[in-house]
Amino acid sequence: MITISPNRTPTARRGSSILVRMRNRCKTTVATMWRAALLGAATLGCGVAAHAQDSFSVVIDKGADRIRIAVADFKQQTPSPASASYKRAFDATLYADLGAAGIFDLVSKSVIPQVTPGFPVEINLNAWASPPTGAAMVAFGNLSVQNDRLVVNGFLDDAKNPQYPQIFAKQYNEQANEDAARQIAHRFADEIIARLGGGVTGIAETKIYYVRILGANKEIWEMDYDGANQHAITKLGATSLSPRISPDNSRLAFSTLDPRFGFQIKMYSLLLNRLVTFPASGGANISPAWAPSGNQLAFSSSRTGQSEIWVSDPEGRIAHKLTSFGLGSSPTWNPKTGAQIAFISGRTSLPQLYIMDSDGSGVQRMTDGGYATSPSWSPNGQFLTFAWNRKYGPGAPGGQDIYVMEITTKRWIQLTHDIGRCDFPSWSPDGRHIVFANDPDGRADHTRIMSMLADGTEKHALTGSGADMPNWSWK
Amino acid sequence: MTAPSQALKLTASAALLSLLLAGGCHKKQPTNTAGSGVDGAPGLTSDGVAPTATLTADPLTIEQGASVVLNWRTTNATSVTIDGLGTLPVNGTQTVSPANSTNFHLVAKGDGGTVESNVRVTVLVAQPPTTGNTTGQVADTDTNGAAMGSAAEFAANVQDVFYDYDSFDLRPDAVTAAANAARYLNAHPAIRVLVAGYCDDRGSAEYNITLGENRANAAKTALVNAGVSASRLRVVSYGKERQFCTEDNESCWQENRRAQFTLDR
Repeated sequence: MITISPNRTPTARRGSSILVRMRNRCKTTVATMWRAALLGAATLGCGVAAHAQDSFSVVIDKGADRIRIAVADFKQQTPSPASASYKRAFDATLYADLGAAGIFDLVSKSVIPQVTPGFPVEINLNAWASPPTGAAMVAFGNLSVQNDRLVVNGFLDDAKNPQYPQIFAKQYNEQANEDAARQIAHRFADEIIARLGGGVTGIAETKIYYVRILGANKEIWEMDYDGANQHAITKLGATSLSPRISPDNSRLAFSTLDPRFGFQIKMYSLLLNRLVTFPASGGANISPAWAPSGNQLAFSSSRTGQSEIWVSDPEGRIAHKLTSFGLGSSPTWNPKTGAQIAFISGRTSLPQLYIMDSDGSGVQRMTDGGYATSPSWSPNGQFLTFAWNRKYGPGAPGGQDIYVMEITTKRWIQLTHDIGRCDFPSWSPDGRHIVFANDPDGRADHTRIMSMLADGTEKHALTGSGADMPNWSWK
Repeated sequence: MTAPSQALKLTASAALLSLLLAGGCHKKQPTNTAGSGVDGAPGLTSDGVAPTATLTADPLTIEQGASVVLNWRTTNATSVTIDGLGTLPVNGTQTVSPANSTNFHLVAKGDGGTVESNVRVTVLVAQPPTTGNTTGQVADTDTNGAAMGSAAEFAANVQDVFYDYDSFDLRPDAVTAAANAARYLNAHPAIRVLVAGYCDDRGSAEYNITLGENRANAAKTALVNAGVSASRLRVVSYGKERQFCTEDNESCWQENRRAQFTLDR
């Protein structure tokens, strides 16, 4: 019925799509099927209970024709303990990145040839192409430390094309340390994904910004997409919330509780490593959101009384009000078009999810009840993910879970179940992953950050206790 | 200022409880729930004797940089933790210097269950004294006399306003509290007031800041309508960022859903 064409040709590899199937109820015939520009896993079982609405499920199709790729441990060229630890970090990171990409049939390291090839002349491709390895592609290379520089040569070979096997070769050279080993592995993985993913971009080099809970204070922290390399950005000794990274990774907007003036928008330059000017105003000023152009910032402000959605430039100038209903917060732009904004408003009592054009016109309510918060718009523009407690109210504690809604039909699926309170979902730039905050036991300071595929599978924690409000970088 | 904020809190919640009993708008009374307020009533037990815990702080209100002594006593507890201080002896004292107003949250575990106890330490952020008198403490009464009143009088007369969940409408008890507060503030025109909006722990942090702002504004509007000049009132929403208590039950949620008035220095 509806074919939402992803930004790839119809003949492209089937492994690169989420199929969203609408069902009248579980296990009945598929009524509608369409494809979105997301990708991933095998067909889901019937995981969604029948509701009054026609339920549907997100099916990330990993496809039978996923490329089978083998990764050799890299050959250590310089015999030092430091080199050995860089090599371990590199090997583990590269293997995890290619597995997490969800587009490969990654060969277990227990069935790869014993000999470690460091260079193209050292690889016996026939051994890698034959059972039990049976790889179509082989990633391999070598690693050395030279004058305090970590030098990595990475190769990707097509095992089924022995005459001209090399797909690419790449050299990386960084100041030698373990973080550099991980970052180089991320870059090499993203290069492989870019070459083989049929239009899918890798996310191994992306970052996640989040709130670190430190006693009474909340600071803004940064980590790699896989939870490694967690470190502080701000050291304000205050309560800072809602970090939002600019599309070009240069600036971080958030809100900080000023004891005198309440919550105010703050702007931090990641190039200058300090706060830059953003004017304070009356009332509560919270939940900034970047337009995909990077030229505008939407946020919630009660400077004229009620909390409304406002838009200004990134320096806080030419601020103007978009809504006039009250209790508005948590805007998020359509990152594909920049022409729409989703937001939360409590104008009809409990907070609900709305969308509108970015000039404030055409307001549409998306949720039919419950308590909806924290929307994030999918990179392809077709879906919203948000936190929703459908049974919110006295005597019906219910659960706050992560949902995905298809915007054109308002049909939704629930991605988390019975793992405690979930909030602040944020899409990865490839649209295939969602990071979110999870409070497993009701204690706010036990909140942690988890990641999952956009169909709700492969959930895993990225942090321990004390991390909240994740925001995935745009690239 | 030596505002007995704990006493204020207890008075306010006692008043609230009686209203709840009269109104019957909440089906569950917090009589059998664990650890509300400071007393640390025993929690549900499986076997063994339920632990009890009491956490106190002296003084309850300090200037920024000053110290406060935490004192805790437990019975039938095998382990005691206080957020931010880690695992501690089952009975003890500790001197702390919190930089900001802090809720100290104690969890005592024993064979008979778990019990919690809270105490709130209010830290006054130093502001230039409005009278120019460097001794500060006595300046209020010395120079302004009746116009300024005392902190204790303020606490007794200007009490927190409580709200229903996801609501910023003034309930009948809140209308009464606001009217009493306005009467006192009109009689003491030198007092400036910080009206702080708070929300319970449920729901989302961002939305709750807007809700807290509306709660504080509703309380401010009630005072203004009763004749208090808006220029004497400053509104700040804390959302769910500065919780009075952290238990997962209605009595604690109600404590948190409030607009709180404090002397604005």
